[in-house]
Amino acid sequence: MMYGVPGMVAQRLMQLVPVMIVATFVVFSLVYMMPGDPAMMIAGDYATAERIAEIRHIYGFDRPMLVQYFFWLGNAVQGDLGHSLFSNESVLRLILARLPHTVLLVLYALVLGAVFGIPLGILAATRQGTTLDKVITSIASLGVAVPSFWLGIILVTLFSLGYRWFPATGAVSVFEKPLESIYYATLPAIALSTSVVAVLARQVRSALLEVLGSQYIRTLRAKGLSSGAILWKHGLRNVAATMLTIAGLQVNRLFSSAVIIEAVFAIPGVGNLISYSALNKDFPVVQGVALVLVLVVILTNLLVDVLNATFDPRVAASA
Amino acid sequence: MTDTNMTTMTRTAAAPAARATLPPPVRFWAWLWGDKRALISLAYLSILILAAVFAPVIAPYAPNKQNLMDLLAPPSGAHWLGTDDLGRDTLSRLIYGSYNALYAATLAVGIGVAIGVPLGVFIGFVGGWIDQVGSRIIDGVLAFPPLVLAVAVTGALGIGLTNAMIAVGFAFAPVLARTMRAQTLVVKNALYVEAATGFGASRLHLILRHILPNAIQPVIVEVTLMLAVALLAEAGLSFLSLGVQPPESSWGGMLARAYHYVEVAPEQMYAPGFAILFTALAFNTLGESIRVLLDPTIKRR
Repeated sequence: MMYGVPGMVAQRLMQLVPVMIVATFVVFSLVYMMPGDPAMMIAGDYATAERIAEIRHIYGFDRPMLVQYFFWLGNAVQGDLGHSLFSNESVLRLILARLPHTVLLVLYALVLGAVFGIPLGILAATRQGTTLDKVITSIASLGVAVPSFWLGIILVTLFSLGYRWFPATGAVSVFEKPLESIYYATLPAIALSTSVVAVLARQVRSALLEVLGSQYIRTLRAKGLSSGAILWKHGLRNVAATMLTIAGLQVNRLFSSAVIIEAVFAIPGVGNLISYSALNKDFPVVQGVALVLVLVVILTNLLVDVLNATFDPRVAASA
Repeated sequence: MTDTNMTTMTRTAAAPAARATLPPPVRFWAWLWGDKRALISLAYLSILILAAVFAPVIAPYAPNKQNLMDLLAPPSGAHWLGTDDLGRDTLSRLIYGSYNALYAATLAVGIGVAIGVPLGVFIGFVGGWIDQVGSRIIDGVLAFPPLVLAVAVTGALGIGLTNAMIAVGFAFAPVLARTMRAQTLVVKNALYVEAATGFGASRLHLILRHILPNAIQPVIVEVTLMLAVALLAEAGLSFLSLGVQPPESSWGGMLARAYHYVEVAPEQMYAPGFAILFTALAFNTLGESIRVLLDPTIKRR
């Protein structure tokens, strides 16, 4: 039995096994959700009998579902996610070429969300009940309700078509031209970050209010500690874990919103890939993107847990 | 003891005794009057529902009536919100779109409830290995970015509004199941459940009469907030042309067309966007108000 951070990581990894099995099974069973004969659905209206037979064999619809699941999983583990039904390109290669655009976008939005959301939350909590607090909480309410893709359209209209400060659409590879890629990703990242700003501001505010109202903070105040020292040394330290957990949960939502934002800004990321492939019934690609994104989310959550345990010994001890 | 007695008792403990004796409709209006945000949200949503139901009566034009002499017209006396790229009246399409928006949100959340609530109660009540397996399934589905799952499932079921919303409901189900399971675990150990068991109540009776009514409260709040999420999902999926199919009108689809012609008629993108924003805001505000109503110990955030 291991203790501390390594022990916690080992335990989390063990817990991930069943989650992975369920997630991969959901991705695998997507083709079985199709009405009618999935092979005919995938092949399309004008497919020949040979093509249908070929697809039936590729997917293994001629074998029992569970058997086929293990075949599929075995291939996926080796990096073989199949081939696009249209371009016949390797699905893994299609995804790997597009994933950096999406990851850049999500990370950029996360950073913007933290940079604006956390200070707003602190500001609102330390000035509870004032006009400023009310303004911040109202903005946060708007931030969760506004459709991010609509905000994207407005940003394009204002800052690309109007002022011409930013390019309206497109993306640049982060590996070839890092600075330019960030410039291109700015408007979509802003549109994407609004919900993160709103959620972080709200959660940081309420977590901080709870800590600041607690018994030991009152004791510190009675001992004569300045409110600045209380906030920075004790208040924020205790909400750090909350912030990290919330930010981790937001990654999941950001990949969701990225699917639409990438369409607005014509970014060739995995979000665009999955919606285009879903429209065209290119099933291996749809499954591949869903699989890769669910793995990215699961690993992000693991990372958040590990970071929390590293910073806060109580988390590791309770594992 | 019946469940109605039970809920009255819990409420009496929290609310002033005098108020609790008033008939429910009076208490409802008193609450609404006291919570202006809930009042405004509910009023807005009521108007929206009326607009959706009576769309054929209210809308000044037929939603799909094209007028190729009057394309992308700015707002005017004849067309209050202007016309789209096919010369269709924007206001009329907005009114008809409200039906699709409300239908979509209700359908998605309804499916989430229909799968999630029974599943959560069942695994929480039975416990043991069934609970273990059920909880892992919930975790596994929850790991997906909801809209990615919805896009993938819509692709499988076939594009269109109803299928898209079934897909969204599928992504909602584990969220509700998790809440319901946690609540069931708390409630099933309560004294009154033990008492009912002692009187020889069947398991089904226990679940339906005692556990469900007492565990459902947080789900009511969650469901109201989910209506906003479902609305945004419908708009997004229709924007991607995976949801409502043309020529049917939807707010998300209207935004997609407006975006196409944004350089010619930028004003076309405002009305559908504000419609989505206000409706999502109304659901969220109402959800927060219900949260405060059901649990008076927490203050409005």
